[in-house]
Amino acid sequence: MDTLRQSPSPCSSRPSSPRTPPFEMFGPVGIEAVLDQLKIKAMKTGFEFNIMVVGQSGLGKSTMVNTLFKSKVWKSAMPSLEVPTPQTLELHSVSHVIEEKGLKLKLTVTDTPGFGDQINNDKCWDPVLGYINQQYEQYLQEELLITRQRHIPDTRVHCCVYFVPPTGHCLRPLDIEFLRRLCRTVNVVPVIARADSLTIEEREAFRSRIQQNLKTHCIEVYPQKCFDEDINDSILNGKIREQIPFAVVGADQEHLVNGRCVLGRKTKWGIIEVENIAHCEFLLLRDLLIRSHLQDLKDITHNVHYENYRVIRLNEGSGAVAQVVERSP
Amino acid sequence: MASSDETRLLVSPSHCSSYAAAAAGTAFGDPRPSCSHGAPLMSPHSFHMMSKTACISPQVSDCDTQTKKENIRSLTMCGHVGFESLPDQLVDRSIQQGFCFNILCVGETGIGKSTLINTLFNTSFEEHESSHFCPNVRLKAQTYELQESNVRLKLTVVYTVGFGDQINKEESYQPIVDYIDGQFDAYLQEELKIKRSLFSYHDSRIHVCLYFIAPTGHSLRTLDLLTMKSLDSKVNIIPLIAKADTISKTELQKFKVKLMSELVCNGVQIYQFPTDDETTAKINASMNVSPPASPTPMNIMENENHCDFVKLREMLICTNMEDLREQTHARHYELYRRCKLEEMGFSDMSPENKPLSLQETYEAKRHEFYGERQRKEEEMKQMFVQRVKEKEAILKEAERELQAKFEHLKRAHQEERMRLEEKRRILEEETVAFAKKKATSEIFQSQSFMASSATVRKEKDRKNFNYM
Repeated sequence: MDTLRQSPSPCSSRPSSPRTPPFEMFGPVGIEAVLDQLKIKAMKTGFEFNIMVVGQSGLGKSTMVNTLFKSKVWKSAMPSLEVPTPQTLELHSVSHVIEEKGLKLKLTVTDTPGFGDQINNDKCWDPVLGYINQQYEQYLQEELLITRQRHIPDTRVHCCVYFVPPTGHCLRPLDIEFLRRLCRTVNVVPVIARADSLTIEEREAFRSRIQQNLKTHCIEVYPQKCFDEDINDSILNGKIREQIPFAVVGADQEHLVNGRCVLGRKTKWGIIEVENIAHCEFLLLRDLLIRSHLQDLKDITHNVHYENYRVIRLNEGSGAVAQVVERSP
Repeated sequence: MASSDETRLLVSPSHCSSYAAAAAGTAFGDPRPSCSHGAPLMSPHSFHMMSKTACISPQVSDCDTQTKKENIRSLTMCGHVGFESLPDQLVDRSIQQGFCFNILCVGETGIGKSTLINTLFNTSFEEHESSHFCPNVRLKAQTYELQESNVRLKLTVVYTVGFGDQINKEESYQPIVDYIDGQFDAYLQEELKIKRSLFSYHDSRIHVCLYFIAPTGHSLRTLDLLTMKSLDSKVNIIPLIAKADTISKTELQKFKVKLMSELVCNGVQIYQFPTDDETTAKINASMNVSPPASPTPMNIMENENHCDFVKLREMLICTNMEDLREQTHARHYELYRRCKLEEMGFSDMSPENKPLSLQETYEAKRHEFYGERQRKEEEMKQMFVQRVKEKEAILKEAERELQAKFEHLKRAHQEERMRLEEKRRILEEETVAFAKKKATSEIFQSQSFMASSATVRKEKDRKNFNYM
């Protein structure tokens, strides 16, 4: 399913209106003001962002989410003695509204405790895929109603962060299988978890091996090459692609370093600062997800992944969601 | 929200989040000073009050009960995350895509529609003067690409040609309504397609309708009233008094008031400028009080005292373009879509009052259609079989007749043949008898001939002998 996102350049589909070259205007009209109008509207309605974290337990997923959004999205997942590790994969979703400088963001984080923890992990991706498709289905049903809501609540997963355990060797079969299936349905960003257990050289070697693995198995992670629209995008995304997967460390405790209070992990031999680019690549991940590509993630989800799902769904008729999941491999 | 202010007092003032989840009701009773509402506190100040290396105390039980009670709660952050760049990301994407704006100008010929558009956009689109003798109302659409700094705008202007020129104006507004519906329909078709590309679709739905009213100074004409009434639920209407420099200012004021009252009286809904945002409210409020604006030709155009033209431009483009587009999409288009789909027979509730999805209805319709088709096929088959049987019967009949004839002829022939056989037999017998007779007579003859010939020969010999 290689639907490329067409570049959104204006293309006339109305044969009745003839196209004319851009007109020269004698003076400023004020069309630029529409940008401000857009911004005002956006501030009023707020944004939504849904992120899913997938990985084995103990890789620091919950801590990472807390660090990303600088708040206690999840309580630290210290396995307590009363709660046994889940026997099957469950999905937990939690929603928060966070506000910064007057801008509201409704953040939904979905966690997957129990992923890859069993002895037989066959088909452990099915619940995840099922959940993602269920969100698409919900949105589709809302869209197909006769009397629609003004603003359809968007619960579709915009980004899935996959935590690769820091073995230092290469991607495991479970990782490959999961990534293969998921990259066609959702934007996947793989990260190397607990990167403080790898040395610099090990990190680089691991990274290049992972990139090779991804290429061999034709897994397209975000940012996908086929959606680059122009040369600027390609250059920017190319740089990002060279550095995927990011080696990240998550921390939600603050320590005092050189008089500053920073988030980090303290060990006997020193403190790893999470937000120090020399220590780990957490900043790159955060910038990618939030500061520069958040809207892009949402756009690709809406224009490509959701549309793909919709095509399959409408072609098959009702009651075929299960088949969609089956058809993914 | 008084409640959120209250909770804010418990928290240090550098914090800028709003506790929207006050609805849960447990916020205020919370006596703990460093954390309100059960959500762990994240403000940097209060953090420093706690021990530096301590883990952020989770208040586990409260969190759990809280999340169980409601799904969404606000969270405070202890640092700068950086998503206030989101509107900029949005704007960047929109710049890349470009904007699209469609204006419909309705008014009599010569009232100044193209002049106004030229002035509004500070350029001169080529427009030929139209004649006054069109038999019916036509719509002419033209698309222009304008660019200002890095914003690209695809502007489509639709003029009505021949509006109000006919002697009988009953059908005048129908082409306009049809055109608007046509654009909605095209969008709906695209949206309902299986493989669709909405983000690169050229949106041709009309975002605003500028209705030009002739400055008679008296009241609204019937044609204008009827047209506006039929358009008000389909498009945002902004009525304008054209060529306002032809009547005096006091008359203009009176005319405006009269028009507004007539519109309100007849229940015509014109576009209400949004007044819920402080920056735009001032501009918009004044427009609400004194619409319609009145444009004048280019030489005195920008003088605010002469006309409301600058206000019009400001309102139309600078302040409300986005709102106009949104109203068109969210209100007028949705209304059209709902009506159209209901007309086609879809509904959200099945007769048993259970929620019904479009998909199910569609499937049901498809089954019905197939059933219908199947039935028709059966019918046709039956008819065909019937006809074939009839034909077969006829042909069999003919065959039988032919057979009978054939038999008859055959018998006739047979008889004929037998007769002939008989005759032949007789003939043969006669021949044989004759042959016999002939044979016997020949024998006799030969015998007598022999005898006579012998004598003749003897005679001959004697003669010959005698000779010799």
